[in-house]
Amino acid sequence: MFPTHKNEFKSGSTGLGWLNVFLRSREASLVLLIAVLTTVTTALNPRFLSPQSLKDLMLNVSIIALLVLGQTVIILMRQIDLSISSIVGITAFLSGTLFLNHPGIPSLVVVAIAILAGLLLGAINAALIAWGKIPALITTLGTLYIFRGANYAWVHGRQVNAANVPGSFLAIGTATFLGIPILTWIVLILLVIFAIGLRQYRAGREYYAIGSNPTAAVLAGINVSRRIATGFAISGAIAGLAGALWLARFGTVDATAGEGIELTVITSTVVGGVAITGGVGTVVGAVLGALLLSVFSSTLVFLRVPSFWQQAFQGAMLLLAIALDAYLAHRHAMRSRVKWSHV
Amino acid sequence: MSSEPTIELVDIYKSFGSTRVLEGVTLPLFPGEVHSLMGENGAGKSTLVKIMAGLHLADQGAIRMDGHEVLFRSTAQAQHAGVSVIYQEPTLFRDLSIAENVFMHRQPKTPYGWIDYAAMNRAVSAHLKQLGVSLRPEDPVLGLSIADQQIVEIIKALTFEAKVLIMDEPTAALSVEEVKRLFQVVERLRGKEVAVMFVSHRLEEVFAISQRITVMRDGRVVGSGPVKEWTTDEVIRKMVGRSLEALYPKEKVEPGKVVLRVRDLRRAGVFKDISFEVRQGEIVGLAGLVGAGRSEVARAIFGIDPLDSGEVSVSETTLRNHTPQDAMAAGMGLVPEDRQQQGLVMEMTATRNVTLTVLHQLRRFGLVSREKERQIAARWTQRMLLKGHIEEPVNILSGGNQQKVVLAKWLATEPRLLIVDEPTRGVDVGAKSEVHRTLGQLAKEGMAIIMISSDLPEVIGMADRVLVMHEGKLTAELSRSEATEEAIMFAATGQAASKTKLREMKNVPDPQE
Repeated sequence: MFPTHKNEFKSGSTGLGWLNVFLRSREASLVLLIAVLTTVTTALNPRFLSPQSLKDLMLNVSIIALLVLGQTVIILMRQIDLSISSIVGITAFLSGTLFLNHPGIPSLVVVAIAILAGLLLGAINAALIAWGKIPALITTLGTLYIFRGANYAWVHGRQVNAANVPGSFLAIGTATFLGIPILTWIVLILLVIFAIGLRQYRAGREYYAIGSNPTAAVLAGINVSRRIATGFAISGAIAGLAGALWLARFGTVDATAGEGIELTVITSTVVGGVAITGGVGTVVGAVLGALLLSVFSSTLVFLRVPSFWQQAFQGAMLLLAIALDAYLAHRHAMRSRVKWSHV
Repeated sequence: MSSEPTIELVDIYKSFGSTRVLEGVTLPLFPGEVHSLMGENGAGKSTLVKIMAGLHLADQGAIRMDGHEVLFRSTAQAQHAGVSVIYQEPTLFRDLSIAENVFMHRQPKTPYGWIDYAAMNRAVSAHLKQLGVSLRPEDPVLGLSIADQQIVEIIKALTFEAKVLIMDEPTAALSVEEVKRLFQVVERLRGKEVAVMFVSHRLEEVFAISQRITVMRDGRVVGSGPVKEWTTDEVIRKMVGRSLEALYPKEKVEPGKVVLRVRDLRRAGVFKDISFEVRQGEIVGLAGLVGAGRSEVARAIFGIDPLDSGEVSVSETTLRNHTPQDAMAAGMGLVPEDRQQQGLVMEMTATRNVTLTVLHQLRRFGLVSREKERQIAARWTQRMLLKGHIEEPVNILSGGNQQKVVLAKWLATEPRLLIVDEPTRGVDVGAKSEVHRTLGQLAKEGMAIIMISSDLPEVIGMADRVLVMHEGKLTAELSRSEATEEAIMFAATGQAASKTKLREMKNVPDPQE
């Protein structure tokens, strides 16, 4: 019906076939970037690949990667959870006080209580967002402050020290199995579970459906409110587990534990290819995003770049990732517009 | 062909508030038949479709399927009963694959409880092959054409084993080739004894594909029967057949100088080849069916949407890549279709709303002078005979009074050219005639007016000339004496060239004037 530029588009995209493949698989491009960064840094400073620095790298990325799993579920639904860092703070101190007040308490019980506490806090977000219909950005910004404030009031300047925590629990953050820290193994196992859950189960696909087109999700018979509520409960539970593991990793916990990490988590998730507009991305990509940011900060340290540059680089990467997503989406949209307007 | 209908609507009534939308509609759909539903904008077709889809409940009347009465409280209930609806704009998950879209929320599972992607892709692949469509089930929906997206919706319906398939203007966004393919698919569905309902404005298509036609007007069925009992003239007459009711106070005004001249306006995929002129003292009606591109042309002329090519000149000024600010400076005003979204700030008072367009005139020491504001607002609201307090927020005013505030707001800029989009939609009869009276008065004082309206008696009563659009193109220019409801409907449904003797589309003034 209307003249178009269909042919121009066609010939324009064929020459860049390899680039398209590279851009389209976010996981592949992340792995490549991480490999390049590692190679370059190792060439400049061979100690970058020493066993100790590799172990540090894995420990540094593990808790962020764990939180990224929960955040991925949330962002896939076009939602956001800012409150995770405050939940980590509360549950980290809770785990410490349990060991302090109940010497001999089994570590598994402490971890279970921390997860349950995180789940309950997540359920508060869930109720406000799914049934109170308050936007997630506002709700979780509110609970971010409320949970942190409550934590300060409860902790009241106290501190839990490594001496109060049993060595067997601290081993999660220090001991290794097949050269990989126990903490990292826990995250890897959960990563596999989340990857399978989001790919192979109806419930998992529904998170994608809701983020992709909420109206169509309702028409398909999905209970959108319940699904959103479940997502925030999962995110809370994951943050609870992260709190317990925070104690295992650092040993010392005060009221500030976890402060500010929600932004690192969200940045990692988005850099990892989970579209902030929902419906697109995988947990594997998101965890690779966390790994890339972590490798990048280590690189800056090894190359003796002043530390205040680190945050700037992190922000630049976030903008780059979002710009890339926007570009790819725009190109798709242009193609479909051209397609249907031709005769 | 069996004589038992698959689904039958019996004596359906439906009102929204005080407006009665459907009055005793009875409509049977037979297996293996395509039944077309036609009617003007607002005849009640969409409401009927939504009742069958489970989105609305009828106030009265029944839906029978295979002789049993059914009640659809949700879209899921309708779907499981075998009724699938394909809307003009498909509702799909663009980030997911075709197969996932088809099976969302009911994916087949392997014995271990995982989603059986292979089975899903096989099933969809079989349907795609059967429909003769070269798409792969793993392809993402993002980037598919509207036509292909409709194919996905049809396959979804097929996997539900739909007995009834309702298509609400499915061809509106399709090319000729795509329509042909869609019709081949519909033919195959007929072969499977599916009962198809086809809602369309395109007469040719309706006659090409249907076995039965029903025409609705003002919420009632005014004619129904096998396609061989109908002619295109007959359908159009039934669609519009009503008398000119109210008196339209447009006086004959000698047109003056050309105020607006547009040439070869084009916006890819929306409209093209739009050329016309509007003179002082003229009201030019812009008629056409919903989606013909009328509002889009107005938005482009006013500088809201960019033009791909073409020229807009107001009086002596030629505007290029202009913004609404440029258009206003050149003397244009636009009263948009949607009062609440685009025309008014609902929480502000009538006074504040009216003076929004002329704030720069109210400045005193850089601040807005309340006194001047009140003066200007009072002048224009009085002129519009606005009832109600002008110091109250506009959201408590009636629809008619709100429309008067929007008009007053644009009159305050004292434009040379006023574009009004559906100026009387949703307003009561009294307010409607006041709006008409004001527009007539403004034209008499020398203003040039473009009036977009889907209300045919209004267009015929008010306009000196009527331009008719069909699918993004001007299909007719009718003088006051030529502009009958039949002539406008012929042109609006793309029949003009073959059915009526109309003047060539040229920018020559009407010989009568």
